[in-house]
Amino acid sequence: MADISKTIQQQILTAVETQQPVNLRGGNTKSFLYHAKPGETLSLQAHQGIVNYQPTELVVTAYAGTKLNDLQSTLAEHNQRLPFDPPHFGDDATLGGAIATGLSGSIRPFTGSARDYVLGCRIINGKGQIMQFGGQVMKNVAGYDVSRLMVGAMGSLGVLLEISLKVLPIPASECYLSQSRDTQDALRMMQTLAAQNLPLSGLAYDGKAVHIRLAGAEAAVRAARQKLGGEHHKADVFWTLVNEQQHRFFDGEIPLWRVSVPPATVNLPISGKQLVDWAGGLRWVKTDESAEKIFTLAARHHGHAQLFRTAKLTEIRRQPLNSGLKRLHQQLKQSFDPHGIFNRGQLYPEF
Amino acid sequence: MKKMQLIAALQAILPESAILSSKESQKPFECDGLSAYRQLPLLTVLPDTIEQIQAICKLCNQQQIPLVARGAGTGLSGGALPHEEGILLNLAKFNQILSIDIPNRSVRVQPGVRNLAISEAVAQYGLYYAPDPSSQIACTIGGNVAENSGGVHCLKYGLTVHNILELKVVMADGELLTIGSQAYDSAGFDLLALMTGSEGLLGIIVEVTVKLLPKPERTQVILAAFDDVAKAGRAVADIIAAGIIPAGLEMMDKLAIQAAEAFVHAGYPLEAEAILLCEIDGNNEEVSEHIMKVHHVLENSDPISFATAESEQQRNLFWAGRKAAFPAVGRLSPDYYCMDGTIPKQHLAAVLQEIQRLSRHHELAVANVFHAGDGNLHPLILYDANNAGELVKAEHFGADILKLCVQAGGSITGEHGVGIEKIDQMCNQFATDELAQFHSVKAAFDPQGILNPGKAVPTLHRCAELGAMHVHHGELPHPELERF
Repeated sequence: MADISKTIQQQILTAVETQQPVNLRGGNTKSFLYHAKPGETLSLQAHQGIVNYQPTELVVTAYAGTKLNDLQSTLAEHNQRLPFDPPHFGDDATLGGAIATGLSGSIRPFTGSARDYVLGCRIINGKGQIMQFGGQVMKNVAGYDVSRLMVGAMGSLGVLLEISLKVLPIPASECYLSQSRDTQDALRMMQTLAAQNLPLSGLAYDGKAVHIRLAGAEAAVRAARQKLGGEHHKADVFWTLVNEQQHRFFDGEIPLWRVSVPPATVNLPISGKQLVDWAGGLRWVKTDESAEKIFTLAARHHGHAQLFRTAKLTEIRRQPLNSGLKRLHQQLKQSFDPHGIFNRGQLYPEF
Repeated sequence: MKKMQLIAALQAILPESAILSSKESQKPFECDGLSAYRQLPLLTVLPDTIEQIQAICKLCNQQQIPLVARGAGTGLSGGALPHEEGILLNLAKFNQILSIDIPNRSVRVQPGVRNLAISEAVAQYGLYYAPDPSSQIACTIGGNVAENSGGVHCLKYGLTVHNILELKVVMADGELLTIGSQAYDSAGFDLLALMTGSEGLLGIIVEVTVKLLPKPERTQVILAAFDDVAKAGRAVADIIAAGIIPAGLEMMDKLAIQAAEAFVHAGYPLEAEAILLCEIDGNNEEVSEHIMKVHHVLENSDPISFATAESEQQRNLFWAGRKAAFPAVGRLSPDYYCMDGTIPKQHLAAVLQEIQRLSRHHELAVANVFHAGDGNLHPLILYDANNAGELVKAEHFGADILKLCVQAGGSITGEHGVGIEKIDQMCNQFATDELAQFHSVKAAFDPQGILNPGKAVPTLHRCAELGAMHVHHGELPHPELERF
């Protein structure tokens, strides 16, 4: 365990002085989400360790460089977990990276997202000031919710030093089922199931079958399994492969888009392949269609799209913001990082 | 701009009947649920279209007139307290449920729709809106978003921020923005989280899309009594350690128990130092399994007694005492002052002991009601406003309790908000740089500072004058300010 926040702060102050932008980096497992930009790499990997963990408080606080694997195994020793299943994309994945990218796994519609579980954080802003927001308690409405603003901000608002998260018990039992369906039936089935009192922790469709993950009290999972039926799988292979994007759907060089839509949205009319997760709320799309076409489609369905993996170099990867929102984003960026030091252009090219 | 000129300018935006200018007509809005603070606004307006709100914001922004939004006025921190030189924006006419989307399990509503009305409107589909602040019959969803309201079930179901999808917000300059989306997330920064709990300082919420959940199939409640607060606190920890997240986990101390029992005869054991109410919900099998586990935990936690409600009637009776705790305490004393600190649960016994010491020191009785599962403490300080100086004494006692919560690693407010009430305690919880960052966030949304000025975030000057600023990293706060 090492607290190197003072060293990092010094590096930021130097960066401000020399007007040298920095690229914040954790375990370098999600760098495909970032663009190569000028600027020095500032590694946060050495800033690691669990600062405070009281299982009965359901709260853990750790330095941002702490490896997700280490954090999750410590929690598991106490029969607890991060309830948003952050994808790792590699053994070196860090807590800071998980929060900065704000990604959540298949469990998201049922227990919530990364931002839902963030309770507080310590950051360095673009003036080199170390600041603490939120806290280590479940309920806290003092001041603006800056901690949750950091989630998914791609490091553009500050250096995450320390993060406090709510954690939950590991469910007593899990069960994995699948049922063959065509796309239309599959989407309808997901909505029907999600509206019921079932111990669900995953609903996905791979183009052939609806995959159902049940998690909860033993009796509840057993009863739900009987009620739903379908093919039973011994292990959670499908779910792990999808979460880590190692499922064969994700193979190949065709650009991968992440399209987030209201869950009951119809099958997106677009060429290529689709994998549906989040009970319909997340559509992974492998397609060569133009960005413009995909953004238009996502907006028409009240959602948004992001070019998630691509071999080509391109700056435009996220759903464009309208002028009002763009201005607000720029003003917030200016508020936290007035000198434009952090992860320039990583969220949007303009800031 | 003089009042008459302002009225003339507003008449170009609103019908005459939607502008209140007399003292009598504005009297009902001089305070919210925190009635110790009262202030008449310059004018009150009751718009009924978003365009009108946009025009009002534009006018206020141009003329630098303070604008305070108000829903049902049930807030407990004075967040909707009017500004004497400002306009009170009453959102009472925005009371329509706009659309119910069953396939997507969401509802789009105007901000003046009551919290409970949402669940009532979708009950026929087996769905509900989870956050249930105790004022849910009356409080509005716009106010819930502004305060990030909780309730007794937020350990399991989260706060308002976890249960909303999209907002339509009129910015200080009159621009209408959509924040969040109908999907599970949205592009760019998480502005939805930032807006939630911003106490009317960042924008005027004019539409809210909330998420619905399937109604639990079954609910059970266990009542356990203890002869020692520390034992009750340990039982809470043990229930969590057993891997159970109760829907509600409430604690009451002796004075609260006695008050509640005298009021509603819930069957609480009067000899108890603390009682716990543990509610388990979910589907039938899950509830049975978890009730068994909680029984097992309680058997080993040395209670005086414990029992599961055997009927719906008994369940309601167990809850009746807790739900009536505030009015019950109100019967013991002409006035009471409700606090809202949070602490890590492990410090519960020590914090309650210290509150008792403070109670003796300030010579005011205190009853404690506690959302034990999430560490949210509601001490109710008993006082008599007719006795000279007692309100001030109660406020000092309250401030000491909040300081204690911060020292224990908690927060000055769990769910009631800062408003005007806890503005000074913000100086205890946050350092200069942090407060400056809040002001800078505010300026990004509202550069002229017209929205709900003077609330939620204290000026650095105010904190310096209080001398209550906490020293951050050994640096003296506000070296730039003079001391006297």
